[in-house]
Amino acid sequence: MSFLDIRQATKSYGSVKVLHETNIAVEKGEFLVLVGPSGCGKSTLLNMIAGLEDITTGDIAINGRSMNGVKPADRNIAMVFQSYALYPNMTVKGNIAFGMEMHGVPKPEREKKIADVADLLQIGQLLDRKPGQLSGGQRQRVAMGRALTRDPDVFLFDEPLSNLDAKLRVDMRTEIKKLHQRLGTTIVYVTHDQIEALTLSTRIAVMFGGHVQQLGTPKEIYDNPANMFVAGFMGSPSMNLFPAKVAEANGTPAAEIRLADGATAMLPFAPGKMAGQTGRDIVLGIRPEAITDEGGADRSAQAVHTIEAPVELTEPAGSDTFVVTQMGGKDVTGRFRADVQVAAGDRFPFSVNMDKAVAFDPATEARIG
Amino acid sequence: MTDATLDHAAAAPRKASGLKIGRWVLYLVLGVFCIYYLLPLYVMLVNSLKPLSEITSGGMMALPKEWTLAPWQSAWSTAQVGVNATGLRPYFINSLVMVIPAVALSTILGALNGYVLTKWSFRGSTIVFGLLLFGCFIPFQMVLIPMARMLGLMGLAGTVPGLVFVHLVYGIGFSTLYFRNYYAAFPTELVRAAQIDGAGFFTIFWRILLPSSGPIAVVCIIWQFTNIWNDFLFGASFSDFDSQPMTVALNNLVQSSTGVKEYNVHFAGAIMAAAPTLLVYIVAGRFFVRGLMAGSVKG
Repeated sequence: MSFLDIRQATKSYGSVKVLHETNIAVEKGEFLVLVGPSGCGKSTLLNMIAGLEDITTGDIAINGRSMNGVKPADRNIAMVFQSYALYPNMTVKGNIAFGMEMHGVPKPEREKKIADVADLLQIGQLLDRKPGQLSGGQRQRVAMGRALTRDPDVFLFDEPLSNLDAKLRVDMRTEIKKLHQRLGTTIVYVTHDQIEALTLSTRIAVMFGGHVQQLGTPKEIYDNPANMFVAGFMGSPSMNLFPAKVAEANGTPAAEIRLADGATAMLPFAPGKMAGQTGRDIVLGIRPEAITDEGGADRSAQAVHTIEAPVELTEPAGSDTFVVTQMGGKDVTGRFRADVQVAAGDRFPFSVNMDKAVAFDPATEARIG
Repeated sequence: MTDATLDHAAAAPRKASGLKIGRWVLYLVLGVFCIYYLLPLYVMLVNSLKPLSEITSGGMMALPKEWTLAPWQSAWSTAQVGVNATGLRPYFINSLVMVIPAVALSTILGALNGYVLTKWSFRGSTIVFGLLLFGCFIPFQMVLIPMARMLGLMGLAGTVPGLVFVHLVYGIGFSTLYFRNYYAAFPTELVRAAQIDGAGFFTIFWRILLPSSGPIAVVCIIWQFTNIWNDFLFGASFSDFDSQPMTVALNNLVQSSTGVKEYNVHFAGAIMAAAPTLLVYIVAGRFFVRGLMAGSVKG
């Protein structure tokens, strides 16, 4: 049995089902990120783990103990909220001490814990201030400090970085990851930011419409998305998804795609892929970094094919240049090296790494190859 | 474009002087209104400090020729109120004994109601709130007879605790309305954080919500205090001679004539009856506006 076990948990409000049957098993020390667009049920699931929302059916167990009917305070969890939820009338010290006070921790022990946590998060000089006098990043630290004093079985984070500005968000992200590495506590983290999900997690659950679409390591999710939603949601810029047809080229299956000027091009699949599916309509998914200039193509890849296509737009981004063309009637972005000389209107060779290509069924949006 | 800007700059000084005259007119009008509204207080104060003969000889507006505190002493401790010559003092005390628990209880219960209705809302809580709100608008006259019967059954008829009960029942509607709307804007995440921290229902209320409720509590206290202190109908209907509040006693003071109408004593008594509400406004007034505005703008 896993450390945090979510078994067939569902949540309904009246007749509206916001979370369909969900099974997730989290091992001790894992960093699980629940990611998805707003309204996908990720925060509901987190609140169910916290005990702030009842489970309609199913079961959630932490450390082998079923949590049904157990109060939030007795679950040995700690939570960091999106708004930080610091008590405005108490000092930073009071905020951090409140949970311990409620759990009857004696005063000398409290003082020691506060000192430890203040040291760890470098908030020692803030202890006598009120939350209103702190900056966003400082509030964030205090909120984490408050959670840390509990030595919880599971840490719950509800979009903790979404109220911070872009730079601070990246800094705090690193800090959360460091904290996890140092403490080794099990963490469940909710975010709508797929970069946060990929950088922080040991495993990701991608959620949409109350269903877990895919559960896996960041690499699995990124390289082998289970369906078109996961493919489109994870990664930035997002995966190119465009219609194609399976055809035969020199005896191997290939994707036949239409270019902007009406010409068609053949992209043979990697060996063994899409065999016997000739004639089928598919949605082809290729990430921008698998569509490059010829010199930038992955040398170790087995199936790199070059096609010439008209360039519609270039977007220099400093480290790379994103080049937009059309395939199958959709805009397709390729990631070229920054110093490649390419301009809109040119016909230019695009190297496509078909090792990394994935195919979906256009009707069910499920992965087929 | 440039010409227009220059023209505008040249016009500025002229405009400033025009503005100044406008200001003076405005202040003048405001001053007149100010005097108009303060005049009754002036008349009351001035006449309460002069002997009766000066009033009856027709000098209502004039300052006293002979300053005296005798009308105040009389109104406070010796004037004829109803059948007894006790002055207003016992009734002032009655009012205090009535108003303090009634205000305190209705405010605390209103805060608790608001807390439950917003942070622990249950099935049908909007209906409960709707009914409480409806209670605010039931005319006083309608409940007089049922309430008299209720007080009789409870053994509280004609007592100060009975009056406290009546005002408490009527006050809860308003105090709930105030606190519910205030707490609706209070972040629910704080309550959830406290739950995870291990705080129970009342601990969250005392430690998290109440310390942040200053402005709305002041609004509620001022509102309840003024209403309950100034109430005449319930006081006249549900009290005996020894439990009458100040408003009823003031009426009796004015009505009981032992020959001449002592206007100066009446004026002094009226000021005494009005003083506590004035005092509450002056002390807590600036919080009143702040509390009324709270929630309307984020701040």
